Amino acid sequence: MMYNNEHFEPVITPNVDKPGCETLDFYLKNENGYKGLEKALKMKAADVIEEVKKSNLRGRGGAGFPTGMKWSFMPANPVDANGNPKPKYLVCNADEGEPGTFKDRLIFTKTPHRMIEGMIIAGHAIGSAKGFVYIRGEWFKEARLMKKAIDDAYAKGFLGKNILGSGFNFDLVLYMGAGAYICGEETALLNSLEGKRGEPRLKPPFPAQVGAFGMPSCVNNVETFAAVPYIIDRGWEKYAKMGIERAGGTRMIGVSGHVNKPGVYELPMTLTINEIIEIAGGVKGGKLKAVIPGGASAPMLRADECGCKTDYDSLAKAGTMAGSGGLIVMNDTVNIVEATYTLLKFYEHESCGQCSQCREGSHWLARMFKRILDGGGTQDDLDYVSHICSNMAGQTICAFADAVTGPALSSVRKFRSEFEELIVNGGLKGLGRTESISHRTEGAHV
Amino acid sequence: MLSEQIKTMINGLRPHFPTEQALLIPLLNEIQNEHGWVSLESMKAAGEFLNLPLSKVREVASFYTMYKLRPQGKVDVQICTNISCWLNGADKLMACASKKLGIHAGQTTSDGKFTLNQVECLASCGTAPMLTMNEDYYENLDENSLIKLLDQASADLDAKKVVGKSTRKEGVWP
Repeated sequence: MMYNNEHFEPVITPNVDKPGCETLDFYLKNENGYKGLEKALKMKAADVIEEVKKSNLRGRGGAGFPTGMKWSFMPANPVDANGNPKPKYLVCNADEGEPGTFKDRLIFTKTPHRMIEGMIIAGHAIGSAKGFVYIRGEWFKEARLMKKAIDDAYAKGFLGKNILGSGFNFDLVLYMGAGAYICGEETALLNSLEGKRGEPRLKPPFPAQVGAFGMPSCVNNVETFAAVPYIIDRGWEKYAKMGIERAGGTRMIGVSGHVNKPGVYELPMTLTINEIIEIAGGVKGGKLKAVIPGGASAPMLRADECGCKTDYDSLAKAGTMAGSGGLIVMNDTVNIVEATYTLLKFYEHESCGQCSQCREGSHWLARMFKRILDGGGTQDDLDYVSHICSNMAGQTICAFADAVTGPALSSVRKFRSEFEELIVNGGLKGLGRTESISHRTEGAHV
Repeated sequence: MLSEQIKTMINGLRPHFPTEQALLIPLLNEIQNEHGWVSLESMKAAGEFLNLPLSKVREVASFYTMYKLRPQGKVDVQICTNISCWLNGADKLMACASKKLGIHAGQTTSDGKFTLNQVECLASCGTAPMLTMNEDYYENLDENSLIKLLDQASADLDAKKVVGKSTRKEGVWP
């Protein structure tokens, strides 16, 4: 069958190319809309969590943590110091900002009800009566579409009081951020939701104990929620079978960069990177040189490593990660040092600044790569990259510093000769490049 | 200092959130939208409205990229230069915009029409390269389409039309 996987069928995107697919009518008529919710509301909360656990659904935001397990961490009946019950909050992380990732935006614009239904089911499972959808601030159109979808769901009684006569109440509130990559980190997101700087929190306590507004909270990615209705409606077995041993279902892979047909593809995890590049129309403008398989933070792979399968464990074994499913393809016209510098500039700008290692380290790395490109690099710089990275990864409050080291270290390790070429020849100019990167002026971010 | 419209909107949001401070980002978002930037005066007004010390307002306003702390042009042209856009020619786009407008990234044209900014990933990598003008996305660009866009925006401004806020026609907020 399709993609050499007899169990595969699109879970989230079967109809995203059809006109009107974002409407509630379409969802109800053609996609078994809100049938999963109907079923879930007749089940005990613990049984819903059990279904999701057995489906092997893993978080689609980047870390790949088992979703059912995350839900089961939520306390059953939390009380405050005076013995009064505490509210529990469900939060959707729609702060999609990992460079190379654009799958959640597709869900927002093409199948928002799937995510809403998934959130209501999750609310029932963890015993929460209130959900927040944290949307990145730049998504004005997407927020509008989601607002419309939420209003429609209220009008039909899928949200609000006594949903489908079950006695379960659930409200969904939209919240727009204001432009900060770090708010995709779940505890930074919670701080931002509280109207604070988006600075990650030290863990423990984890959000399941102390989350939004000090209450037990559960944060999941858009795609994670969007997979839930299918799991409940069709059963966990069908979903689990599509995947591999420790990860069920499909993945939405955003293929971008040097490919002929960039876009979001919902695919089984049994495919290799090379196969996915073929599906996206093959490499354009040259031969394959390198791939970043899971958003900018994932260490890059050389062309000869792209026979690797794209499930969480295979990519981890290859020394990289599945991350957020953003597959960035680079052809052989790309200078890897320059490409990595593009990413390091990004990290330098987006570091929240709480931890010295990350704040200074991301800045040093960006400056060092720029120096090499400008012709002032030395051989010592290359060893110094590893030295800086070893002082960043695992040394900070959140995983941002680790993310910075992904591209920095992998580029030096896998494409060392390109760095040496620049060092020996006096930078890009020495290689005959007249156009410099200098118009990317310092301090251009205002 | 705060318009009645903003106050009504924020008051409408209040029941949805357990704390006053949670309304700060929605409030600053609206100030940014109405004034095109967030001045010290509006920060003070925001603090008074939500009973927050100015320091709390300032630390938030200075943290997020979308809050502009000085006046901007009527159209904020933000070109994504991150990896997928860069691989597809964002640098050329930036150079072209810079030449066409006669300014560098971070600057505003002398007629006050355009501010040019370089931004990071806006989750539009499959349709790279892209830019935003104020709140609207423009995707799959090249130098020709960019010049056309800028000319159109300039003409629209001359005709007193609002540029790049197509989603503001109906309220985004609950």
